[in-house]
Amino acid sequence: MGTNTISEPLPVDREHALFLFREMLRIRRFEEKAAEMYTLQKIHGFLHLYIGEEATGVGAMQAFTPDDAIVATYREHGHALARGMPASALMAEMYGKATGCSHGHGGSMHFFDASRRFYGGYAIVGGGLPIAVGLALADKMQDRKRVTACFFGDGAVAEGEFHESMNLAALWKLPVVFLCENNLYAMGTALARHQSQINISLKAQSYGMDSSSVDGMDVLAVEAAAKQAAAFVRSGNGPFLLELRTYRFRAHSMSDPDLYRTKEEIEEWKKRDPISLFEVRLRDWGLLAESDVAHIESEITAEIDSAVRFAETSPVEPVEDLLKDVCARVKP
Amino acid sequence: MTYREAVRAALRKALRSDPRVFLMGEDVGRYGGSFAVSHGLLDEFGPERIRDTPLSESVFVGAGIGAALGGMRPIVEIMTVNFSMLAMDQILNNAATLRHMSGGQFGVPLVVRIATGGGRQMAAQHSHSLEVWYAHIPGIKVLTPATVADAYGMLLAALQEPDPVFIFEHATLYPLEGEIEETAELIDLNRAAVRRPGRDVTLITYGGTLGKTLQAAEHLAGEAIDAEVIDLRSLRPLDTSTIMDSVAKTHRAVIVDESWRTGSFAAEVSAQIMELAFDNLDAPVARVCSAEVPMPYAKHLEAATLPQVEGIVNAARGLVPRHG
Repeated sequence: MGTNTISEPLPVDREHALFLFREMLRIRRFEEKAAEMYTLQKIHGFLHLYIGEEATGVGAMQAFTPDDAIVATYREHGHALARGMPASALMAEMYGKATGCSHGHGGSMHFFDASRRFYGGYAIVGGGLPIAVGLALADKMQDRKRVTACFFGDGAVAEGEFHESMNLAALWKLPVVFLCENNLYAMGTALARHQSQINISLKAQSYGMDSSSVDGMDVLAVEAAAKQAAAFVRSGNGPFLLELRTYRFRAHSMSDPDLYRTKEEIEEWKKRDPISLFEVRLRDWGLLAESDVAHIESEITAEIDSAVRFAETSPVEPVEDLLKDVCARVKP
Repeated sequence: MTYREAVRAALRKALRSDPRVFLMGEDVGRYGGSFAVSHGLLDEFGPERIRDTPLSESVFVGAGIGAALGGMRPIVEIMTVNFSMLAMDQILNNAATLRHMSGGQFGVPLVVRIATGGGRQMAAQHSHSLEVWYAHIPGIKVLTPATVADAYGMLLAALQEPDPVFIFEHATLYPLEGEIEETAELIDLNRAAVRRPGRDVTLITYGGTLGKTLQAAEHLAGEAIDAEVIDLRSLRPLDTSTIMDSVAKTHRAVIVDESWRTGSFAAEVSAQIMELAFDNLDAPVARVCSAEVPMPYAKHLEAATLPQVEGIVNAARGLVPRHG
């Protein structure tokens, strides 16, 4: 990689660049800790790691304001952190504690935060898309100028709910930004083994919907594409499908032996690790020094250690409250 | 006023009084509703609030959930209960779970109206009674209005609920004539109704079989058997106290339910009577349900499949000792 020519302005200012770098690293370290705690049997159930895909969530989230709504998947630790949900509430949720972001009712796959309009992690593939369509419909009917960001994976593209949602959102010109994080595998089934057309953004055309694809390992490219998509949707043009081409470095979940892809393929993708790529560029541009990285790492370590302590020491919900939130206790 | 007109009157009242309310579903607008329930509403309220949808049950039910989360009060119409299977993911995995799964942060004030039941020669993909599958699910309410007044009142009460409500309208009831009380207070959705008081046997039913059960009770009266008829009205929550009070009086119970016998709602009511009123029973609980067959088209076969007055009379007669 060459050095930057003085005449060209950098594509990002230092403060924002460090913020993006830190956000991606925070997600990486948070998930490494979660995996460790899973191995120590502090966290149970399913744990789907986002490692390798950090640039998609962090980049895309920059396009949305606190007024916008977020709908995510069961691989949503990164989205939740990037949305500003505290690491402590997420860790406590995975510990099954009352202080968790869903009071320990959801676990890793079902993070929720009403105050941040984070409408949850959905663990039925494609199941969040109709919800996003409805949130956008409510905004449109109430003349609100906000948008709904809907994250899903390439696996969801095979579901009927994807096609039904794309059609209805386009038909009714609803303000949804569909964000397909294409990591090339629906659990263990490669994209080319489950899709007759592997160009996902092309699928939008059959609904008369605008779309584009972007390198999901390049956080600045993702940010720019997502901002463009969100601006398009915010201007009342209807929905937009943005495909983020990425790769998951870890197995599908902690219980996946990862037999369906080669080590060489994984190693090849790791050369495009979104955090390393960005770090190299930032150093190249003179925006990041060795001391910055050390400082950021130590701050992140402190935050995550504190989240673990919080989760460890938090109370569990009393069993007497088991049925408490099945239905509302009082009418609104 | 017919049952159909009563549902329409409730829709109109809700649409007029609450700007958050809107109706969506297949052919609810220009067509006027496949059972003509929403006829005329498009002209009065416009296409924003009377929304024709594509044939996409999953997304229009899911969009109802999302719109409810977003502050609206959607009413979703599903043309028939068999079609609702296409939306079962959204109903079970999202509508019913979101409040609990989110630790109480998100409620889904959604009303879904579904036509149900047989008796119209619509064969095996338009005629089943699958309410019991819904009644199995915690987190939702399941209503089965059997009268014109309930068709009106229960819809308005459902719109005041903070959680999803599924209203099953038996399709043979739409032409039923009756009265509504427009000024009445909101219906208590937790209460069953005694539609006919009696001393000798309790006939428990809901929805489309209330009429047949009342006819059976009249027939039994001719044989000096005084049957009490309970209309459950709501399958979830279930008003067990009205059932148990009646069984404590009559000591005998027949449950009439158009669903298949195995795993029927009648099975649930029977189990509850066993658990809560065993000592009050003078005879085993009897069930009159549909035959275990996909609904046949031919009129005589469909009639043989569904609960009929004669079967209800026979079941009740079998529990009551001969008067001496």
